[in-house]
Amino acid sequence: MTTTDMPRKADADSARAVSRKRPRGAVGGGLRRAVPPTTLLWVLAALYGLPVLWFVLSSFKPAGDLFSLPLTLFPEDPTVSGYKAAWDSANFSQYFINTTIVCVIATILTVGVSCCTGYALAKYDNKWLKVFFVGILATTMLPGEVMLAPQFLVVRDLGLYNSLAGIILPAVLTATGCFMFRQFFLTVPDELIEAARIDGARELSIFLRIMVPISRPIMLTLAILSFQWRWNDYIWPLLMLNDPEKFTVQIGIQSLVGAQNINWSVVLGGSVISMIPLIVVFLVFQRYVMNANINAGLKD
Amino acid sequence: MTKRAPDVSASPPRRRSKYTLAPLVLIAANAVLFALFFLWPAVIGLVYSFTNYTGVGAFQFVGLDNYQHLFGDSTFFDALSRTLLYTVLFVPLNFVFSLLVANVLVSKHAKGVSVARVFFFIPWLLSPIVVGVLWRWLFGENFGLVNYLIEKVGGSAVPWQSNADLSLIVVVVAASWAWTGFSMLLFIAAIKNVPTSYYEAAALDGAGPWRQFFSITLPSIAPTSFIVILLNTIHGMKEYPLFASLNNGGPGTSNNLLVQYIYQTGFKAGQIGYASAASFVLMLILMAVAIIQLMVNRRVENR
Repeated sequence: MTTTDMPRKADADSARAVSRKRPRGAVGGGLRRAVPPTTLLWVLAALYGLPVLWFVLSSFKPAGDLFSLPLTLFPEDPTVSGYKAAWDSANFSQYFINTTIVCVIATILTVGVSCCTGYALAKYDNKWLKVFFVGILATTMLPGEVMLAPQFLVVRDLGLYNSLAGIILPAVLTATGCFMFRQFFLTVPDELIEAARIDGARELSIFLRIMVPISRPIMLTLAILSFQWRWNDYIWPLLMLNDPEKFTVQIGIQSLVGAQNINWSVVLGGSVISMIPLIVVFLVFQRYVMNANINAGLKD
Repeated sequence: MTKRAPDVSASPPRRRSKYTLAPLVLIAANAVLFALFFLWPAVIGLVYSFTNYTGVGAFQFVGLDNYQHLFGDSTFFDALSRTLLYTVLFVPLNFVFSLLVANVLVSKHAKGVSVARVFFFIPWLLSPIVVGVLWRWLFGENFGLVNYLIEKVGGSAVPWQSNADLSLIVVVVAASWAWTGFSMLLFIAAIKNVPTSYYEAAALDGAGPWRQFFSITLPSIAPTSFIVILLNTIHGMKEYPLFASLNNGGPGTSNNLLVQYIYQTGFKAGQIGYASAASFVLMLILMAVAIIQLMVNRRVENR
């Protein structure tokens, strides 16, 4: 740990100077090589981490201290009053519940539907499947933002306006999800399916009993992504929802900063609360997000 | 794209078209969703763009009127040019920073990579709304940390919110900051795929780190670079929530972007037909971007 801690604190030049003075041993050479990239790495990490740190620390300051000069990094007497005010004000707890419902249901449906579609696209060879594949491809060319108005009208005409279902259902169709599963199932040998067929298994039970279980890593990756997309969604819920009882967290926060006089204490508390679920999900499933075949899917 | 091709051709010749029911059942749910939420809106969107539909009641076909008005509408052009400017600034900044971060993260000599990685990743997790709030907090004119620090070192407060160009730049920086985690992931995967023997050979020939980066890494990851640029360009053209929470398109309406324009004309002013026409202009731009990128990509790969 000492080798990792030292360069982080030391200034690049001075550290390099120190290592130059050392006898040219293996340790000195390794350290000298480690210093510039490590310094650069942590300077960059600080650049990316500090805004969040400042934001989160500020949220623990009492409302009166937020703008008192000189600004201090750490709150002098930490309080959660901003959080409490955010949670109580403007139905924030209701927004939180609504968003959770949307995320969980949409994620389950997205994973299920994408898994079925991806498998069909990878392992069956019908002409109309190819047509459907091109159709799915087209959805990536014509993003939702382009079709805001007509999509809104369709969902309204289906009677889904001002309902959470109106947010969930259109979100279930994702090209990324289908492609991730298609990519995965392409790597599964056809012999596995042929063997099961010879043993007399029926098509759908091959899928449910063999293919669904082995695709678990992809399911988890897509679930994390889908949860993030729905949690962070803004414009579509904004269009769909009219009743403040049904608002999602993001709309709630935006309505707080959209106000004439921003109550920063409430905004900071609410924003930090809204970050927590995703950060927890990410920290728990970090290795899946970082290492899974995320690239194959995301490129599409 | 090149990587997928071998997978497909490697599978044995298919003689499986005798199965019809199973794949039909498997795609049924998605096919219904596709028809309802993509095909239908796409078709009526195109139809509405030739009408004066307001969202309720009857409507008339007005031919190309909407499109003609659009080209005479200075608000539309302001939104369009602001969107293009935003994209042109955001894409290179994000590219440089995420490539830099990715390179440092794959460096064999850097210490603490697995912890540092989290710092780059967290901004990508945050919603655009929260990112906007966060940067609005940092760049507040009278209270923000950035102006405080500037005054601390003897400068005078910068009008981050009331100057339209500075206001745009804050959003560009915020967007690059937030999207580094995503682009970085793609770059890391690409850099790790470059055969180490290339670097070993280059090192034997006496190439330093810079030379190795420009002569080996950069050309080897060209396909990924194009994908990153493509995805970020498309993302930039559609940006709206970040502006909504950071400066609300302000000061005034000077930073209203295209999606906000569509939202306002379509939903606030009830001109669905007109907004649909604006949407199709956005779509044409996005498709043009995608086609140009594909062509360039193909040329690079064939070389």
